[in-house]
Amino acid sequence: MTKRIISSGRQVAPSRRQALRAALASVGALSLAGCDGGMKGMASSVKGNVERLNHVVHTALTGRASMAQEFTQADVAAHFKANGTLVPADADYQALLRGQFADWKLQVDGLVEKPAAFTLAELRAMPSRTQITRHDCVEGWSTIGKWKGVPLSHVLAQVRPLPNAKYVVFRCADSMESPSAGHDSKYYESVDMDDAYHVQTVLAYELNDQPLPVNNGAPLRVRIERQLGYKHAKYLMRLELVERFDQIRGGAGGYWEDNGYQWYAGI
Amino acid sequence: MNPTETIREALPADPTALRAAARRVYRHRLPVRLMHWINVVCLTILLMSGLAIFNAHPALYWGDQSTFASPWVAITAVRTPQGVVGVTRIAGRQFVTDGVLGTSKAADGGKAVRAFPSWATLPSLQGLATGRHWHFMFAWLFVVNGVCYVLYALFSGHLRRDLLPTRAELRNIGGSIRDHLLFRHPSGEAAKRYNVLQNIAYLVVIFGLLPLLIIAGMAMSPRLDTVITGWVDLLGGRQSARTLHFLAAAGLLLFVVVHLFEVVVSGLWNQLRSMITGWYTVPAERKGEGA
Repeated sequence: MTKRIISSGRQVAPSRRQALRAALASVGALSLAGCDGGMKGMASSVKGNVERLNHVVHTALTGRASMAQEFTQADVAAHFKANGTLVPADADYQALLRGQFADWKLQVDGLVEKPAAFTLAELRAMPSRTQITRHDCVEGWSTIGKWKGVPLSHVLAQVRPLPNAKYVVFRCADSMESPSAGHDSKYYESVDMDDAYHVQTVLAYELNDQPLPVNNGAPLRVRIERQLGYKHAKYLMRLELVERFDQIRGGAGGYWEDNGYQWYAGI
Repeated sequence: MNPTETIREALPADPTALRAAARRVYRHRLPVRLMHWINVVCLTILLMSGLAIFNAHPALYWGDQSTFASPWVAITAVRTPQGVVGVTRIAGRQFVTDGVLGTSKAADGGKAVRAFPSWATLPSLQGLATGRHWHFMFAWLFVVNGVCYVLYALFSGHLRRDLLPTRAELRNIGGSIRDHLLFRHPSGEAAKRYNVLQNIAYLVVIFGLLPLLIIAGMAMSPRLDTVITGWVDLLGGRQSARTLHFLAAAGLLLFVVVHLFEVVVSGLWNQLRSMITGWYTVPAERKGEGA
C-alpha cells in the first residue's frame, strides 16, 4: 500500500544517491512486492520504480532546466499533425467555440494564495514567448511547429503558489469518451514544478502565427517541450495546483496515465 | 595445455568416451555464460516489445520530423477488390506481405490489420503502453549487463585473450571465409578459440551495433535530447535516430539468426552444453587437415 503512494506522490530532487536508491528499489521490488501484491502488485511496483529511475537519472544527467532544441522557420512543417481529440463534442465547449471564446476563462486555483481567472485577451496581453520546437508523439512520429504563448511561470507568479504546491494539474474541456456516457472522462494532465517553471513551458494561443486551431487545442494548450505529446494538454479550462494527485480520478496524474502510460513521459 | 587439467569426471571405461572426455575443455567461464543468458532474455523481450511499440506508428523517416506522406518504410494495409491486403513499402517499392506484415491472423481466426503480427509482439494484442513498460525495464537490464560484460572483458583478459584476433588469424581470414562457406568447422586446438570471423562479428556487434542501438534509442527520448541541446542532429535528427534504432535492431536480429545457424551446424548439444556448464568437447582432429 505504501509503495503505491510513494510512486504516485513522488517528489523530484534528483541526486546521485536518489538514482542509486531508485535503481536498488527496482531490483528490490522484484523480490519484495512478490510478498504483498502477487504478480500484479509486483508488475505495477516494478513499472513504477523503472519509471522513477528513468526520471531521476534523466534529471541528474540533463539538469532541471535543460533546454529542448529550437528550430528555424524553415523547419516548420507545412501541416502540424493533430492527434487525440480533434473537435471536442462537449456542449460547454461547443458553446464557447460558437462565441469565439469570448466567454472562455482560464481558472487558476488550488494551492495558491490568490486564485484567479484570465480571459484570452488578458493572457495575450501578458509577456509572450515564441518557440519553434519538435513535437514527439508517444506513437513515434515527430512534427515541428511554431508556438506563441505566455510562459506558465508568469501566470503562476500572478496567483502565487503555496509552498506545498508540488504539481500543476491541467483540466481540459474535451471528454475522451462519449460525453453522454455519464462518467467524467475529460482529458487531464499534470507536471511537477520543474516543468511548470521551465522556460519553454508556455500556455500557447498561437500555432504557426495563427490563432490556435480547434484541432490543436483552441483556445489554449500547454507546451511541455521535454516530454512526449500527451503531456501537452489541449483545450485548457483550469489549472489546479496540488500537493499530490493520487486522489484525482484514476490517481495516476492524467487521462493516459490512468490508462497505463507513464506519468514521466520524457522517454 | 596439460590434458589432465581438462579432464573433469572419473575416466570412463569405454575408450571412445575416454577420448571424448580427454578432449573436454572449460570453454566459457561463469560470468560470460550468465551474461549470455541474460542477453537472450533481454533481447527477446526488447525485440518483441520494440515491435509492439513500432506498431503504434508503423512507418520510418529520415530527418528531424515525420514526412507523413512519404515515409521510406511503411507497413500498412490497402483495400483491394479481393479485400484488405497487407503491404510493405520500402523506398518507393511495394511488396505484398499479406498474412505477416500489414495483416495477419487475428485471435478469432479473422484477419487483423496490424504491422507486425501478434506472435512477434509483446504484448501480443495492440498495447503501446504495456510495450513501453517492458521495453524500458529490459533496456536497463540489458545496458547494465552490457556494461558489466565490457568491464569484465577488459579486466579479465577476455577481450585480449578471446575476442581480439591475432595477426596470424587476420592474415588467414580468406581461409576462414572459405571454411565457413564449406561449413567446415575447426577441430582440435583451433576449436578451443573463437575463429577470426567470429571475432570480427562479436567485435562489430559489441562495439558497433549495440552502442549505435543504445544511442539511437536514447536520442528518441525528448528529455535526453536536452543533455546537450541539439546532439540528436549528430544522428541526423530524431526520426533518423528512430530509423537507425530500427536498422540496428534488424542487424542484431540478423546476427542472432547467423549465430543460431552456426550453433546448430557446428554441434548443437555440444555448443549448448558449453554455454550452460562451460564444458565443451573439442572435435577430434581430422586427418589430412593442415594446421
